[in-house]
Amino acid sequence: MISAGETLRMAMLALRRNKLRSFLTALGIIIGVAAVICMVSIGEGAKTRIRSSIEGTGTNVIMLFSGSSSGPGGRGGYGSQPTITWEDLRAIQTELPSVLAAAPQMRSNQPVISETSTWTTQVVGTTPDFFVIRNWPIESGVGLTASDQASSAKNAVIGKTAADNLFGPGVDPVGQTVRIRDAPVTIVGVLAAKGQNGMGQDQDDAIFIPLSTFQTRMQRGLGKFVPGMIFISAVSAEGIPRARNEIAQLLRERHRLGPNDEDDFSTSSMAEMTSMLTTTTQTMTTLLASIALVSLIVGGIGVMNIMLVSVTERTREIGIRMAVGAQPADILAQFLIEALALAAIGGVIGVLLGIGIGQLLAARFGWSMVTRGDIVALSLAVSAGVGVAFGLYPARKASKLDPIEALRYE
Amino acid sequence: MGALIQLRDLAKIYQSGDSEFAALHDVNLGIERGEFVAITGSSGSGKSTLMNILGCLDSPSRGSYLLAERDVARLSRIELARVRNETIGFVFQNFNLLARTSALENVELPLIYAKVPPADRHRRAREALERVGLAHRAGHHPSQLSGGQQQRVAIARALVTRPPLILADEPTGNLDSATSIEIMKLLTELQHSGMTIVFVTHEPDIAAYAARKLTLKDGAVVNDVRQQPVLAEAS
Repeated sequence: MISAGETLRMAMLALRRNKLRSFLTALGIIIGVAAVICMVSIGEGAKTRIRSSIEGTGTNVIMLFSGSSSGPGGRGGYGSQPTITWEDLRAIQTELPSVLAAAPQMRSNQPVISETSTWTTQVVGTTPDFFVIRNWPIESGVGLTASDQASSAKNAVIGKTAADNLFGPGVDPVGQTVRIRDAPVTIVGVLAAKGQNGMGQDQDDAIFIPLSTFQTRMQRGLGKFVPGMIFISAVSAEGIPRARNEIAQLLRERHRLGPNDEDDFSTSSMAEMTSMLTTTTQTMTTLLASIALVSLIVGGIGVMNIMLVSVTERTREIGIRMAVGAQPADILAQFLIEALALAAIGGVIGVLLGIGIGQLLAARFGWSMVTRGDIVALSLAVSAGVGVAFGLYPARKASKLDPIEALRYE
Repeated sequence: MGALIQLRDLAKIYQSGDSEFAALHDVNLGIERGEFVAITGSSGSGKSTLMNILGCLDSPSRGSYLLAERDVARLSRIELARVRNETIGFVFQNFNLLARTSALENVELPLIYAKVPPADRHRRAREALERVGLAHRAGHHPSQLSGGQQQRVAIARALVTRPPLILADEPTGNLDSATSIEIMKLLTELQHSGMTIVFVTHEPDIAAYAARKLTLKDGAVVNDVRQQPVLAEAS
């Protein structure tokens, strides 16, 4: 048998002779591989984003909601019925050894007015602990303090997105005054950018004021109950289960729930939400990638079709090659390598195209994209495999031709 | 050294249903090295079948075929391909060159399968083209060449591996008479340089170029005569 290099040279020569046909055949593979790369890269990007947003939030964070998360049809979902009181919150903050800190979060969408523009954003009332629990540092200026809280100061720290929209990008908003519900509020600090959360919501599009200010200026709340959710940090990531147990025990006791009563609150850890979101994303990615894989196989059928046509068309060429001494294995290798080259070239173009389209989509829709080397290698291997699998039958057919018949073929 | 070709009781039988048809039977034939042999006969006489067997493109049903002292009658497809590559050069009626491939690359083809390294290959292919007087057409594709030139390229391809035997199947069948004479002159030259040439023709004036004429009829050799070739070797 002649060398692989020689065979490859002959194959490339043959492919170049039919440029348009070769391109159209490879197109099936190109589209298949591009689809796989694009889908998986965007899926990976989403997963990475979720993971990094969780890590940014802190792995030791627990969220506490009023109401039951599960229950027979009649009961509402979490948060639907306030059950946690300010007294409960204080008990959690002070009595539990596994809990480091706890901060409530009251939210309201409000138009915020600066000297130059108006921007409707999320106004959040919370305590200084919130930024510690969320692992969210101040980038410039200062943070909210306990004395702000005590005096219901009209001070605020602002997220990056809200700041850019109110004051224009690049302008330092520290010291500026905005109006929220007719009350002048002074910006004392800007938070470091945090990006989107696991649900794709921009966490930087918010302005934070002391909880006491929120209650006096924005909404009175519900008296003895804490509206919204409470962020709690456990002493460590490993301490989360213990902290959740302690919280549950404490609240059940305080709410005087009998042993057969269901919880009237629910907790959830960031890790739980991460794994849930990651699983959902993974399922979507797998689904889309399988659809893309089907198109890759369709592309492979295209390769087989063209190779069969090619073998028939070139019957006489095969006869000539056999007459001058080509072994059946040489003919087999020639056509197999042609199919393989078509698929491999299609694969390489497909990878580049997939990355390109992925980046275009990511830029257009604000998604993130992560191209993994192993996925690229796998797509190339699959497309090469498709080339071999679908090229084998036509190549065998060619190698089994009778030289006399082949030479006579018109 | 024995004869280059030695056929003993050779037969080729085709089976269709219950009936048998003998395309060749009881062929006994020896061809020495350096001979110039014409095979003639009407169509259906079995000369194509004989050529295919001589060329190791087909195997006989019975009998033996010694080619250069080697029994090739029962070889596998793989071994037959090697024999064709090393021992035989083919010239066909319709030239059988690869389309859209330069004359030089066409001539190189048997060397590729003989695993001759590229540099050597180019040199030898060029030499072969020179020998048939077409060195200046090395880069042309078959479609850019006349019939006679295409057949010269095919002859260059046949002799590039320096095989002991050249088989030509109606080499002048698609050519006008002036070009036919040129091709026969070229084959005669090759024979004078020591190659064994066996060709099939149905034209008496082409057969006249050979030094020996075999006539086939109904699958058997009916006549085997030595004759004075048209172009005798210059002494």
